[in-house]
Amino acid sequence: MQIRFWGTRGSLPAPLTTAAIREKLKAALAAAQGIRLDTPAAIDTFIAELPFSTSSTFGGDSSCVEIIDGEDNHLICDLGSGARRYGIEMLGRYGPKQPQTYHVFMSHLHWDHIMGFPFFPPAFIPGNRILIHSCHPEAGAAFRRQHGAPSFPVDFSQLPAAIEFVQLQPGVTSGIAGYRVTPLLQRHAGDSYGYRFEKNGKCVVYSTDSEHRTEQSEETEAFAAFFRNADLVIFDAMYSLADAVSVKEDWGHSSNVIGVELCQLAGAKRLCLFHHEPVFGDAQLEDILRQTRRLEEITRDGAPLEIISAWDGLVIEL
Amino acid sequence: MRMEVSAERRENTGVVAVRGRIDHLNATAFHDALKPYLEGCRDGNGLVLDLSGLDYISSAGLRIFMIAAKQVRTGNGRIAVAQMQPLVREIFEISHFHLVYEIFSTLDEGVAALGRAVEITAA
Ligand SMILES: [Zn+2]
Ligand SMILES: [Zn+2]
Repeated sequence: MQIRFWGTRGSLPAPLTTAAIREKLKAALAAAQGIRLDTPAAIDTFIAELPFSTSSTFGGDSSCVEIIDGEDNHLICDLGSGARRYGIEMLGRYGPKQPQTYHVFMSHLHWDHIMGFPFFPPAFIPGNRILIHSCHPEAGAAFRRQHGAPSFPVDFSQLPAAIEFVQLQPGVTSGIAGYRVTPLLQRHAGDSYGYRFEKNGKCVVYSTDSEHRTEQSEETEAFAAFFRNADLVIFDAMYSLADAVSVKEDWGHSSNVIGVELCQLAGAKRLCLFHHEPVFGDAQLEDILRQTRRLEEITRDGAPLEIISAWDGLVIEL
Repeated sequence: MRMEVSAERRENTGVVAVRGRIDHLNATAFHDALKPYLEGCRDGNGLVLDLSGLDYISSAGLRIFMIAAKQVRTGNGRIAVAQMQPLVREIFEISHFHLVYEIFSTLDEGVAALGRAVEITAA
């Protein structure tokens, strides 16, 4: 199983700016002093050794994550702005004449999780089937409203693909495209749902836009059970813990610290920090990753937990 | 999971020693144990939490530290932590709680700093 991240930013897309690119160039050129870069191979090696925040970017698209299993099933979690690039890739791969079925799993209906759909090319291809799985009964209304005038020129009813809304129930496991899929209710304005996907002995949990009150031990144990032995937990780590429990309490998001704790309780193998704060630059996100790895190291009690920070384009092999 | 809270009084500053581990299973009990000392920490009074015996704190325990800091500051009291073990200090910093709490290396420094604060407030 592979997980591909098409959008990793929380709340609002956050494109890289000219000023940020200049800072990267300055840092790279400073690091290049005294190094021979007279062949393309030498340049590639030099770039590979730069810090991620200098050579690359976490990206700015909002939530969209693909689950790949090599069997031509198309599973996507959320349709944030990252769905645009995902859809272009699918159109490039299959063209307009090879109809496909897409299974979408919606954490919830906030705009950063649905805004990519009007720009999702497979919806404009006749013959395609798009099943939007959601625990929110109002999912259809939210998608139709987004497509309605005056917000968008093409009404939802005019989309050529066959689009169906499938109601899921929290706590009830469904068999979908060969996966066992279990949703869990999460603490977030208007509710959100995490999804646990299991297939062929592999397990990934997608749990974003979820605030945790870890002092409520039953709730904490319920999440530990939901994450139990997962190969990967994709986790809303938008804020620092201090912010999450003070000025941003009740804003519906969590922190890297709680992600580490819940994954340790659950015996999960990998934690992926996700739904990045749009205000944070690449250096800050890289620093949060470094600190999170350190926290895991000093609080480890048993097998190590691998810590990853999601970026647009990242592929994780499970 | 054992956790203990005990208190002494030094001049104008209360000292509460916190020992053991605080996690999601005992954070509420920790809050209950701390409450009586928080209520007295107002109108210029200081409270130093002696963390020399604290071996581990989870996010659930840190949330109680946040509630304590808010309550004390609302009542014009002062609260600080002292003598943290290196592990707990790192957890504090990674959680950004060093931005919430004044941290002192020794208890004496903490008591002196908060004691002075009482005098300044009184003057
Ligand atoms: Zn969101
Ligand atoms: Zn949301």
